[in-house]
Amino acid sequence: MRFGFVIGEIGHGLRRNVSMVISVILVTFISLTFVGTASLLQLQIGQMKNYWYDRAQVAVYLCTEVSPADVCPQGEASTDLQAAIEDKLKSPVLQPYIKEYFFENHKQAYDKFQEQFAGNSVAKYVTPNQLNETFWVSLKDPSKSQIITESFSGVAGVEEVRDQRSYLDQIFNILNAASIAAVGIAALMLVSAALLISTTIRLSAFSRRREIGIMRLVGASNFYIQLPFILEGVVAATIGSALAAGAVLSVVQFFVQGYLATKLPFTSFVTLGDGLLVAPALIAAGILLSAVASGFAIRRYLRI
Amino acid sequence: MIRIENVTKQYKGTSRPALNNVSLEIEKGDFVFLVGASGSGKSSLMRLMLREDIPTSGSVHVMGENLVAIPSRRIPFFRRKLGVVFQDFRLLPTKTVAQNVAFSLEVIGKSQGFILEAVPDVLAMVGLEGKADRLPGELSGGEQQRVALARAIVNKPAVLLADEPTGNLDPATSEGIMALLERINLAGTTVVMATHDRGIVDRLQKRVVEMRDGEIFRDQRSAGYIKTQTDSHPVKSWNLAIDQSWSLGGDE
Repeated sequence: MRFGFVIGEIGHGLRRNVSMVISVILVTFISLTFVGTASLLQLQIGQMKNYWYDRAQVAVYLCTEVSPADVCPQGEASTDLQAAIEDKLKSPVLQPYIKEYFFENHKQAYDKFQEQFAGNSVAKYVTPNQLNETFWVSLKDPSKSQIITESFSGVAGVEEVRDQRSYLDQIFNILNAASIAAVGIAALMLVSAALLISTTIRLSAFSRRREIGIMRLVGASNFYIQLPFILEGVVAATIGSALAAGAVLSVVQFFVQGYLATKLPFTSFVTLGDGLLVAPALIAAGILLSAVASGFAIRRYLRI
Repeated sequence: MIRIENVTKQYKGTSRPALNNVSLEIEKGDFVFLVGASGSGKSSLMRLMLREDIPTSGSVHVMGENLVAIPSRRIPFFRRKLGVVFQDFRLLPTKTVAQNVAFSLEVIGKSQGFILEAVPDVLAMVGLEGKADRLPGELSGGEQQRVALARAIVNKPAVLLADEPTGNLDPATSEGIMALLERINLAGTTVVMATHDRGIVDRLQKRVVEMRDGEIFRDQRSAGYIKTQTDSHPVKSWNLAIDQSWSLGGDE
């Protein structure tokens, strides 16, 4: 095997099809950037799930004087009803599932509301009595919120039981949909990348048909004839996937860490470390894609 | 060296086979002219010997390889033991004479040292000293065919297949090429040459295999282009000789 010769052949091939090679590079670049972004988004979702699910509480909202009459016929939950609910939380049936709970009265709810909606006109009109008093329950296993919901729904003095995870799930569903869309676009782009690679090789094989004919006659091995073509595709796709890896890393470094993380300081975001996990996978995917596409093209257009 | 037994080749979509039950044996060191009209099956036979194609039925053995059963990964190694030249030379127009010859060695992985030694030697042998750095376009047809011959024999093949090597050349130039082929043959290489050139066949008086309509019409030693009267049953007697060598388990 003479590497100088093989490298020379690859160089020839790349120069001969320069426009096709550039399009292969660009298409793999864009498609793998989508793949990388989607996988980072998935990592981000995983990270947020871990973080928020652990902190998600179940809220047992008590009736207020403005609660709808069909759920709260007695109006504002009396202190007796409050005590009954608290007793139930302390009962041996529920105790094993509950890590801790605390009670939020009208005053605390009002203060929190004022803080959250500071500057919003709604803050001016709301009164403490309109806001629910609430038992905030943290569970040992946040996925078992069903138990609390079933125990307190319909209990006198309880307006509503709400698992905070249901809000989070909506956010995660949106993020999931976004990453699925990215994967879908990436899949289409990858198909066109594969087709482009095989077209490039077909053109390349056609423009080198004299050489190939002579190589076959003098007994060059199939491997030797095909290698420059495969490597040509692989080189182009590697450049494209390296660009994609670079793009993904800079998105993490400059957009996520540099911008999002400073704007939203209490959320954990994917780090450069996560990006460095994704980047080599992208390059490997690019090389694999081009090797498979080239192999396929060669089987079709370079019969020995 | 080359043994073809009961070979039939039928191309798809044709009613008449290109080769019809052809048997032929060529010994080591033979010089064989394959003659016959266009479409008589010469090229089909050459393609089978090169393993460009496989027969519909029958067997083809060349240099001990069963070309019907040879696995495709071994075909390149088989072809390294074989030299081929064509009517249209098949040189690379962008490479010089020396590079054209060197290319055939590079692609089978020969070392640079071997190439630097072998290429000038073979160019000298075919009479192209001093033209190593010319491009094919700057050479005459005869010289181009010499380059093709140099490329075919640089790896010292045991068999040289020549498909109308003088087809594009004038008679004087053809003589030069034939002299070269005779020298290659004298050095021990088996030569099979398909040709239409009556003058050459008549003058050299080598073994002649004449094809007609996909069958061997005549197989005669020391013969001319047209069947001579001196040998009344040439085909039969030659077939007897083949039968004998097979039963003795002779060289393929």
